[in-house]
Amino acid sequence: MNKEDYNKYISMRAKKSPILKNCCFAFLIGGFICTLGRVFLDAYIYFGIEQKDASSLASMTLIFIAFVLTCFGVFDNIAKIAGGGTLVPITGFANSIVSSAIDSKSEGYICGVGAKIFSIAGPVILYGITSGVLYGIIYYFCTFLR
Amino acid sequence: MQKFIKFEKSPSIISCYSVVGKHEKEGPIGECFDEYSHDDTFGKKSWEQAESEMQRMALRGAINKSGLNNDEIDLLIAGDLLNQCVGSTYGLVSFDIPYIGIYGACSTCALGLALGASLLEGGMCEKCASVTSSHYCSSERQFRFPLEYGGQRTPTSQWTVTGSGAFILGKEGNIKIKSAMFGKSVDMGVTDINNMGAAMAPAAVDTICSFLQNSSHRVEDFDMIVTGDLGYEGSEILKDLLLSKDIDIRKNHVDCGLLIYDRFSQDKHAGGSGCGCSASVLAGNILKNMEAGAIHDILFIGTGALMNPMTLYQGQSIPSIAHLVHIGR
Repeated sequence: MNKEDYNKYISMRAKKSPILKNCCFAFLIGGFICTLGRVFLDAYIYFGIEQKDASSLASMTLIFIAFVLTCFGVFDNIAKIAGGGTLVPITGFANSIVSSAIDSKSEGYICGVGAKIFSIAGPVILYGITSGVLYGIIYYFCTFLR
Repeated sequence: MQKFIKFEKSPSIISCYSVVGKHEKEGPIGECFDEYSHDDTFGKKSWEQAESEMQRMALRGAINKSGLNNDEIDLLIAGDLLNQCVGSTYGLVSFDIPYIGIYGACSTCALGLALGASLLEGGMCEKCASVTSSHYCSSERQFRFPLEYGGQRTPTSQWTVTGSGAFILGKEGNIKIKSAMFGKSVDMGVTDINNMGAAMAPAAVDTICSFLQNSSHRVEDFDMIVTGDLGYEGSEILKDLLLSKDIDIRKNHVDCGLLIYDRFSQDKHAGGSGCGCSASVLAGNILKNMEAGAIHDILFIGTGALMNPMTLYQGQSIPSIAHLVHIGR
């Protein structure tokens, strides 16, 4: 059997991830997290905080919850079921940073935490900022031409 | 052509000892292991130190069981999955015995036994020890993601065993290493780190076929053909590929990665992996059964995926290897 045939054979026989089930859980748990964000937003507005500040606070609250759950070793157990449901909202971003920090603590605060805290979130930050800048330039010229 | 090494002077396994973590202790063969820790840190500050501690405990246990002193052992052959084999180096430094660090990924246990037996046969030493370990937490950090990172595993992925096995080899003992065969690197172009079984199975096929061709043995001569650790996926592929060559091992094949966990109730997907898996299962379960007379002859085939995350990010495929040891009474 050559390499090509072998790779066809193994991908054919490998049990696939249960995509439908994973999507359903991602939808439910991801939806729950977003609803929770909305509840926090409305609650902050209710207590007299301005809309703009309230949305920042709602994001920060979700980040804090993800941080606490990661520290207590609960987040990964939820993410095992939720998949994209916990990864896509801001909770996934928080988890990727906190988990890297916890993991690299044994190498110290400079060479460990400092150097590795963004090892997973790094690409998101780099390409997030880059695309933000590009979008800004395009937006600037579009409004300029108008 | 791979060389079939028949040992005339019957190097033997004088004693063996296994140390495992919590999940392994809770598995179907958990009662067999000699020592375990409920706490996967093994009382240490880092996962790497925990792995070293496991190796130290395993070798200490094996030496005590053999009734020998440290200075009666001429050589230590040890390996693990960590960069520069630091699990072994740091763990075994206090024994003050000449040391060779080896790397064969999950095949390290078989490699250590084959090397040790060859050195004994050649008269290079009188007694030597082979120690192997892997730790789930230190391996995850090095090969995959931080431990608390929330992600999903695919059904074909394997779980690195937290365990260590140590073997004292000498010339007197009931359990003999009768022959060995070192494997060739085989690369079938598999790039999926979550399907190591598929990457390693062709190497096992290659070594088993060479062994059967070069020795006078047949599959039926063995009570067990033990692979370590192809997991569910790799085991099925191995049996399929061998069957296509008219070699049927379905009746006597077992895989250490499938023995150590109940992969459904313990949520271990395709089973266990890591060089501590085959080492702890061989030392804790299979050799004890052989000592008790339940089995007499086995083929022990350690299979390893010889990659690191960097080569995979560079788009290279996973070369694999399988070393074989024939153990019997």
